[in-house]
Amino acid sequence: MTNEEKRSLAIAACKVRMGVIESTHGAKAGHPGGSLSAADMFAYLYNKEMRIDPANPKSPDRDRFVLSKGHTAPGLYSALANRGFFPVADLPTLRHIDSYLQGHPNMNTVPGVDMSTGSLGQGVSAAAGMAKGAKYLGQDVNVYTLLGDGELAEGQCWEAFMFAAHYHLDNFCAIIDLNGLQIDGPTKEVMNTAPVDEKMAAFGFHVVVIDGHDLEQIESAFAQFHACTDKPTAIIMSTTKGKGVSFMEGQAGWHGKAPNDAEYAAAMAELNAAMAELEAQA
Amino acid sequence: MKEMKKIATRDSYGNALVELGKAHENVVVLDADLANATKTGTFKKAFPERHFNCGIAEANMVTVAAGLSTMGLVPFASSFAMFAAGRAFEQVRNSIGYPHLNVKIGATHGGISVGEDGASHQCCEDFALMRSIPGMVVLSPSDDVEAKAAVKAAYEWDGPVYIRFGRLAVPVYHEEENFSFQIGKGEQLTQGDDVAIIATGLMVYEALVAAELLQAQGIHARVINICTIKPLDEELVLQAAKECGKVITCEEHSVIGGLGEAVAAVLSEKCPTPLRRIGVNDVFGHSGPAAALLKDFGLSAEHIVEVAQAFLKD
Repeated sequence: MTNEEKRSLAIAACKVRMGVIESTHGAKAGHPGGSLSAADMFAYLYNKEMRIDPANPKSPDRDRFVLSKGHTAPGLYSALANRGFFPVADLPTLRHIDSYLQGHPNMNTVPGVDMSTGSLGQGVSAAAGMAKGAKYLGQDVNVYTLLGDGELAEGQCWEAFMFAAHYHLDNFCAIIDLNGLQIDGPTKEVMNTAPVDEKMAAFGFHVVVIDGHDLEQIESAFAQFHACTDKPTAIIMSTTKGKGVSFMEGQAGWHGKAPNDAEYAAAMAELNAAMAELEAQA
Repeated sequence: MKEMKKIATRDSYGNALVELGKAHENVVVLDADLANATKTGTFKKAFPERHFNCGIAEANMVTVAAGLSTMGLVPFASSFAMFAAGRAFEQVRNSIGYPHLNVKIGATHGGISVGEDGASHQCCEDFALMRSIPGMVVLSPSDDVEAKAAVKAAYEWDGPVYIRFGRLAVPVYHEEENFSFQIGKGEQLTQGDDVAIIATGLMVYEALVAAELLQAQGIHARVINICTIKPLDEELVLQAAKECGKVITCEEHSVIGGLGEAVAAVLSEKCPTPLRRIGVNDVFGHSGPAAALLKDFGLSAEHIVEVAQAFLKD
């Protein structure tokens, strides 16, 4: 990855974070914490990794993305808007009564959303179905799904993992956001899902463990996904919940709480400063 | 009634899937380790590359089907009614119903006639569960001819469809040559305006037998076959209510949430009419031979006759 490419992706990630703050502030609700922890991944997926065309969001040969942790819709919507699927200016209408930006991803109202999700554990199965379908149809389509570490307590995730390994879905990439926090507190206290890497390996996945805020490590993880044949890949990324907004970082309380006006201003000031710094590097 | 050949509608399902598979390459079939019982094994034999066993994991199976449908395939996801509609309800609701995906759920072993397996496997709640999902079509064919037509119609329907099949072999009373099927349309099987008997599934044949017994007593019953539980053929139901003045519903399902309540809702809003509901009366089933169980639970021609006689005296 060149320095310029890295800088450009970091700017994209910063824009995703700004959109998360704009949308949750506009909604007076929503889930900023897990949207921010996955912001670098959202930016990488939609700006580098996936074969997509914002002008043709239903193109049959596009790669698919399923947000299994559907409550982090603000992150996905922000990535899609910034990539040109719909206007960034619409983000603050999130969750409004007349908005197409539903509280959880809706494939029938939001351009670029490949599957309606929100009930945890289901997106990963739908993604596995897409990957199996692509294989059956002989299509060169990769399917990505993003899960939370708290979500792994849903038994259905493991049914889907078994399915993906059983059918050798090497076009299936499960990305697990190990931010360590869920609504009721630290994941290891609520329901310990560790060791995720050993579990995924035991379930037949090629496992890649990375720092989810390091763009070069994300790049290398996807290179491993593309190189791996005959089995699905799990990218397990350690992240900081709320990453990029200092007062949200590492706080379970920001799982599902919107910033008020003062918090919004403080968060945007931090992100604007980060953006200015990135732009100055040109 | 004359002796008729008997076929379980689960067999019709397996055979109809093979016919669909021959005609359409986008038909794929999923099962959850019950392919021999649901009869999707018949399809597997013909098209092994298009039959995806998901293991004993129904929640994953129906959601995988949702994913497959987004790729342009038409998946038929199969299990027993108890697990397809019951265990996987929330997956069907959120991953198939809410996005209105083109998934067909083939649920076999509906109702009490599952028999010896007992209450854990006798699903009498599936109509209620599936009816409650917006946009879900709910089909309950009554014999082999109708079941095969229902599978074909489900394929042609753009959107989610739930089809309930039975384990027990039941008389094939329809004639294939003269049969046409349309989702949302009921079928009047006998003339009569003393009482309307509106039935679904294996209760349709029982209603026909009951109508013959009633005929011998000078009571002319109008038997209506309702295969499409949702959307209900309101026009046919209302016409029967207006012309007969009394309505009996018959289903191998709980009296709560099924055909009886669907008919009751239409009648009470649009044409208040005295009604009797025959079904499973808010109890669990138990083990036993299917025929004996149906008798036990009042799901028989004899019981329909008793109810009709008492009803007409009221």
